[in-house]
Amino acid sequence: MREFGYRRALDVPGAVALLDGDPDARFLGGGTNLVDLMKTGVERPTRLVDIRELPLDRVEPAEDGGLRIGATVTNSDLAAHPEVRRRYPALAQAVLAGASGQLRNMATVGGNLLQRTRCGYFGDVSSPCNKRDPGSGCPAVEGEHRNHAILGASAHCVATHPSDMGVALTAFDARVTYETATGPGEIPLADFYLPVEETPHRETALPPGALITGVTLPPGATATAANSCYRKVRERASYAFAIGSVAAALDVRDGTVRDVRLAFGAVASRPWRAHAAERALTGAPADAEHFAAAADAELAAARPLPHNGYKVTLMRNLVVACLSELAEEAAR
Amino acid sequence: MTTAAKPLIGTAHPRVEGRDKVTGAARYAGEISFAGLAHGWLALSTVARGRVREIDTESVLSMPGVLTVLHHGNAPRVETGYTSVLGVPPDPTVAVFQHDRVPHKGWPVALVVAETSEQAREAAESLVVRYDQEPHDVAFSARRDAEAAPFDGHMPPALVEKGDLEAELAASAVVIDAEYTTPEEYHNPMEPHATTARWEDGRLEVVDSNQGTNWVVGELAGLFSLDPGSVRVRSEHVGGGFGSKGVRAHQVAAVMAATVLRRPVRVVLTRRQMFSLAGHRSPTAQRIRLGAEADGRLRALEHRSLSRTSTVYDFIEPSAGASRPMYAADAHHTENRLIRLDVPSPTWMRAPGEAPGSFALESALDELAERCGVDPVELRIRNEPAVGPVSGLPFGSRNLVGCFREGARRFGWAERDPRPGIRREGRWLLGTGTAASSFPAMAMPSTAALTAEADGTFTVRINAADIGTGARTALTLVAADALEVPTERVRVRIGDSDLGPAMFAGGSAGTRSWSWAVTAAAEELRGSLLPGATIPPEGVTVTSDTTEAVGALARRERHSYGAQFAEVAVDPATGEVRVRRMLGIFAAGRIVNPLTARNQFVGGMTWGISMALHEEAVRDQALGGLYGPDLAGYHFAAHADIRNVEAGWVEDTDPDDPVGIKGIGEVGIVGAAAAVANAVWHATGVRHRHLPIRPDRVLTAGGDA
Repeated sequence: MREFGYRRALDVPGAVALLDGDPDARFLGGGTNLVDLMKTGVERPTRLVDIRELPLDRVEPAEDGGLRIGATVTNSDLAAHPEVRRRYPALAQAVLAGASGQLRNMATVGGNLLQRTRCGYFGDVSSPCNKRDPGSGCPAVEGEHRNHAILGASAHCVATHPSDMGVALTAFDARVTYETATGPGEIPLADFYLPVEETPHRETALPPGALITGVTLPPGATATAANSCYRKVRERASYAFAIGSVAAALDVRDGTVRDVRLAFGAVASRPWRAHAAERALTGAPADAEHFAAAADAELAAARPLPHNGYKVTLMRNLVVACLSELAEEAAR
Repeated sequence: MTTAAKPLIGTAHPRVEGRDKVTGAARYAGEISFAGLAHGWLALSTVARGRVREIDTESVLSMPGVLTVLHHGNAPRVETGYTSVLGVPPDPTVAVFQHDRVPHKGWPVALVVAETSEQAREAAESLVVRYDQEPHDVAFSARRDAEAAPFDGHMPPALVEKGDLEAELAASAVVIDAEYTTPEEYHNPMEPHATTARWEDGRLEVVDSNQGTNWVVGELAGLFSLDPGSVRVRSEHVGGGFGSKGVRAHQVAAVMAATVLRRPVRVVLTRRQMFSLAGHRSPTAQRIRLGAEADGRLRALEHRSLSRTSTVYDFIEPSAGASRPMYAADAHHTENRLIRLDVPSPTWMRAPGEAPGSFALESALDELAERCGVDPVELRIRNEPAVGPVSGLPFGSRNLVGCFREGARRFGWAERDPRPGIRREGRWLLGTGTAASSFPAMAMPSTAALTAEADGTFTVRINAADIGTGARTALTLVAADALEVPTERVRVRIGDSDLGPAMFAGGSAGTRSWSWAVTAAAEELRGSLLPGATIPPEGVTVTSDTTEAVGALARRERHSYGAQFAEVAVDPATGEVRVRRMLGIFAAGRIVNPLTARNQFVGGMTWGISMALHEEAVRDQALGGLYGPDLAGYHFAAHADIRNVEAGWVEDTDPDDPVGIKGIGEVGIVGAAAAVANAVWHATGVRHRHLPIRPDRVLTAGGDA
């Protein structure tokens, strides 16, 4: 393999300084995706700045009553955290639905958000790919795309974002905090991933050289978040990326939806917040018919390819199943 | 020799090398060190068809540690005009770097050799190869049957006919006519292919991971025009083979580099390289026509199978052959057909023919049971043949009915309501299914040497291959019984071509063939040792050769059989299918070591679950290569998919085998996918005739899929 430099950062400003805005350098968290990509030649960094030792490994109450999750908190620790399990069960479920125990012990929250698509063309350096090699083309549009995007894609790229965790965070209006050489910043997760359009290689709104320091969950609508779930469908029972997933949170009073949060995974280049479905359902009766109508409202925008049209059916069914389960839970 | 209280064969015995394996003391081919070892890394073609125009070796030769770059312009010439131990010419795929033609994506175009593996890899991945690309054709489908031809190859005859098929179909009360497909599948043993080649005192010494050292010796001697006696291949421990570990490109490249550089050279395949260099199972498109009386008794059985191979080597997946030893019918027509495409050569993959063939046949039987309103177990019993359905030969032994009866009893089949789609448990629809399995029971000539040592122990020397099956342990039990001594006094040496000719680990015939030779040697030794005689310091050694005895076996229908039962849960809202429990009961000869035999059966059944629900290599039509060729992209069952898989067996000692063995390596996968698919029908009322039964297929299957 190609030789690369390695430095371990001890504090956040030091990490940012070590990276020094170098576009060929990468922060190394758990390495569960980056190291794989280095082995296959998709990523060829000249330098790695190891951030595992940074003091960003805590899940703490935020001043506003929300929850602040450090960037180097492992997936395992996040899923096991009592406050996460009590207040945001969909988040714990989403994290546990991902990867394997060994990988979750290594993978970090910041790295999870920045992991790359598992599109097979992206991962194979002998294939064209507009995301890896801008302008080379997208073989998935005409080729294998059974697990590609049905929402928000473009003719230039139909890859999906693989994160489970990110789907739950998106449903809960998480915000991403980061540090640059000129100081800290914050982006709503909803704006963190850039639209695909003609530039699928530009994936996030993170400024160059920035280090993700954490994710903040707002305190708002805690009653909704506490009644939440994550359902993931994949081609085997474990250790596979989703072919469709739903993070749902529901607040029902007297049979009427007061508040609902819905986000979809494995359908777009980013975790997909289902605003249209939420609008359709808020104030509506909490029953299967209205859940299905809400899903349809969101999926009206779907533009499936010849071989991934099943995802429209799958997502609709998943929305109904998840919300029905939550409505039953609320009625108990 | 003391008299053992009771036979050791049939008692559970942990692997004799188990401790070495779990403590890491056992060394595999890729981790044995040699002084002066250099490392080779294969560079593979990125186009699916064309010619190599130019290889820019200059820039990589100046990279750190790089020793040489072998390619078609400078590599040693090899000979391909010989007949391999398999009785056929070698797959030209192994004759690397002989010409500029590229017949498929992932074809070896160069070997970069360097001081370290990392340097070789970096250089190989930096090597710029330019191609004159030509249009390729990798599109396999049932629609291409018109271009295909029947093909025998090394397999049983392509076409076997008996009776008047069309007349019997016309006279049948019930006719099933259905098409089934199975996808391109890959065997991925846990241990990737690895080899180290070196010349020592004029002899080619190869430390390798393979299924038979003689096999590799024969191929390397043929390719490099060497006396087989001047080639030695050793293979002490092997982490799985499944048909993929004969001779392949990496061994040939390693010998070339060791020859050119005059130092030991190791070449190890990466997981991704295995997806074009280690062989695979061809996709199949199969058509079954069954004609039956109203009570399900067959009048006609037609099984046609189309598979595909590379443009350079004819290898057929003989799926239709799976129907020949199964059911009585007045008319039988089974035919294997082949087309050639710009893809890597397929090869043997666990139960070649029987695995995909049984999916089609046993699914069709289930459809017939449904149509006739006959219980699927009863249907099979009704069609039990007295003699070989096509050959008319008597069976060596056949206890398929015993498998179904015992399996049905243990599985609770009698309580089954045959109606589909009526059992619900929460979001899951539940169903059960069954299918038969079979695999040929073969024995091949082998030699063995057995030494009575002066210290009262015995050393067995036989060139067997333990590819993870537990063969070394089984042979220890066989020898101990034959000598009537405890296993502690028996030492078994295997995996070294200097031990002499023996069957390779394949065709489910390894343990049977080797046990025969060991038993014969033990008889010989017992005959030549006088009671109370002193053993000289060098011991007393006898040898055996079973060529004559194996050749004298009467012509019979010789097969292992089995009955597979599966219970599945299907979520119709998401398309998820889970196998809740599975039971396989086998009649597969005498079971030598129940512990490792159960591993073999359960492993095969696990393969069958994977085949039913997960396994599928997707070939990109435009690029010609595989999509996501690694173990993240190519799914097989994870632990969470395998809940409750049990295997058992019924009495079926082979009367013509000295130990009574038939062979158990492959029969476990056969029929397993059909049992799962039939259970999915029972759960949902929807037939799935195309594997794997993915969530999207379940979701989009309005009627039958």
